[in-house]
Amino acid sequence: MSRFTSRRGLLFGTAAVGAGALLTGCTSNESKDEPAANDQPAADDKPGKQVTIGFAGPQADHGWLNAINDNAKSRAKKYSDVTLEITEGSNDTAAQIGQIETLINKKVDVLVVLPADGKALTQVGLKAMRADIPVINLDRIFNTPQAYRCWIGGDNYGMGLNAGHYIGEKLKGKSNATVIELAGLDNLELTKQRTQGFDDALKNYPNIKKVARQAAEFTVESGQAKMAQLLQAQSKFDALWNHDDDQGVGALRAIDQAGRDDFLMVGGAGALSAFQAIKQDDGVLKATVLYPPTMAASAIDLARALGQGKGVGGMAEFEIPASITLYSAVVDKTNVDQYMSTGFK
Amino acid sequence: MTQHASPPRDSTGKVPSADGPPAWRGLIARADVRTLSLLGVLAALIIIGGITKPDQFLDTRNLQLVLTQASVIGVVTVGMTFVITSGGIDLSVGAIVALASVWATTVATQEYGFGGILFTAVLVGVGCGLVNGLLIAYGGMVPFIATLAMLASARGLALQITDGKTQIVTIPSVLDLGERDAYVLGIPPLVMVFAVVTIIGWLVLNRTTFGRRTVAVGGNAEAARLAGIDVRRQRLYLYLLSGLCCGIAAFLLIILSGSGQNTNGNLYELDAIAAAIIGGTLLSGGRGTITGSVLGVLIFTTITNIFALNNLQSDVQQIAKGAIIVAAVLVQRRTASTT
Repeated sequence: MSRFTSRRGLLFGTAAVGAGALLTGCTSNESKDEPAANDQPAADDKPGKQVTIGFAGPQADHGWLNAINDNAKSRAKKYSDVTLEITEGSNDTAAQIGQIETLINKKVDVLVVLPADGKALTQVGLKAMRADIPVINLDRIFNTPQAYRCWIGGDNYGMGLNAGHYIGEKLKGKSNATVIELAGLDNLELTKQRTQGFDDALKNYPNIKKVARQAAEFTVESGQAKMAQLLQAQSKFDALWNHDDDQGVGALRAIDQAGRDDFLMVGGAGALSAFQAIKQDDGVLKATVLYPPTMAASAIDLARALGQGKGVGGMAEFEIPASITLYSAVVDKTNVDQYMSTGFK
Repeated sequence: MTQHASPPRDSTGKVPSADGPPAWRGLIARADVRTLSLLGVLAALIIIGGITKPDQFLDTRNLQLVLTQASVIGVVTVGMTFVITSGGIDLSVGAIVALASVWATTVATQEYGFGGILFTAVLVGVGCGLVNGLLIAYGGMVPFIATLAMLASARGLALQITDGKTQIVTIPSVLDLGERDAYVLGIPPLVMVFAVVTIIGWLVLNRTTFGRRTVAVGGNAEAARLAGIDVRRQRLYLYLLSGLCCGIAAFLLIILSGSGQNTNGNLYELDAIAAAIIGGTLLSGGRGTITGSVLGVLIFTTITNIFALNNLQSDVQQIAKGAIIVAAVLVQRRTASTT
């Protein structure tokens, strides 16, 4: 209920300010055509009001998650007006709830939460919002928009889509081309989305047929094992879409062990080792589709803007958006240098 | 089936007779119904593979692939078979493999080259086994609890060492062992290690005092103690052995995947226990068979291979794997009870 009260309060406040402005406009003799956005500046690097940001993420047991933590920390360090309260990462739902509640009790100004399980942590997101602490929900989304002020995350469907288009363009003009897919953990929603995007993209290229798909587990070990089997099963194919660069380390090892180089490979996520292989261009890996861990740095930016009551630079609105879906850019030899610094180990 | 009788049994579960059967009869007796039924399951799988994907399945490269993929978990299962035969359990094998593999692939270790990685992997494996053994044999802890604690802490330590990062191996002499050039007479080095561990394991369990003591401790620990066996020391050695196997397996995994990651060895404990149980090793102890365990591992690996070759998805694979475990055990019980 308090959530609604505060939203109503906000609406009322805005209306009052608007009425005031209208009155001023009416009574003043001076014409004021300046856009209102000037009254509410966009966030920039200049120090502003002090903001304490609470950050709660899952256990960094994977290269990408580790990069998320690093990105958040280094971005917060950049701003003299930001204090970061970071909790120990945990994959245990109860433990993460406890950590977020601690941050709520500490009365941080803004919360950034990357939940280990978005659905399970929705309640604590709601609790923070009701305590008037706005939540930036990072990547794994809560069940209801009431539990966050802004969501920022990657585009799994877009990853598959862009990987499919990249492969489609590379194989254009090749009749009866075949592709195979090395997917991630099949019990995750994001894996299904990546596959769906890929399949949808391939529909634009009638000359290409997907002939095999196996699910690995986002680990090097499983990537090697599943890829070795796929290579044995498919004596000839033209392209491979691998959902994750970490399991890609294992997949590339299996490809090397099988002595195969007769196809092109597109990875996913944006690991440093993948960028380096793309730059060297002496193997099958030709591109990777981003799922950028820099989203954690952007989440800190958004939290700071929110805490200082500012909007986003380059946009007309007074406030930060309610939802931001990142773009899954394709990184290949032509633009890899530009992205190298974002590569995670 | 109560297998807690005091006389020690050999790998087939039969009490050896005093004078011993003639050599040819011994061979047949050793290849008992259980082993034969396992061979039957494996043969059936090979036929299924051959029918569904004749070109890919019956290829030499595929045979090399199946055996290579069986090697890492196979070595772990040999150690697990000893532990289970003695009436114990080791839930920490997967975590030990993870810890040994990440410790052996740290930047500091890689400076010492091939020997440094091998030595570290084995040392970490044995070290973890030693802790398990001391806790169980001399600390009086239940194996389930002690190794569960090791599972948690070894995984935690592995995560701490890697900081969640994948540690890529850069030493050519290590990586080359996983390449086709290293195959001798078409046999990958990993498979050779697996074969050697299996043969040594079989000889130790069936032909040495150590093996007889292991079976005796598992059959009836109190009787074994009264018979003059140092049960505690025996248990310590068994968990050391399991840890050693994990260390060797970690080294094989490093060669195979070219990296160390804290997620390595995921669910190895369940795979190794399942393979040993399917093979005919009694979970309650007192009977163990290395041959059966290795056949169990080969059955699992062959199933995975056939599924992948036929492009079946992981959900179907898991259901079928469960069904085959049940079927294999049911067939064994039926054939065992009718003879």
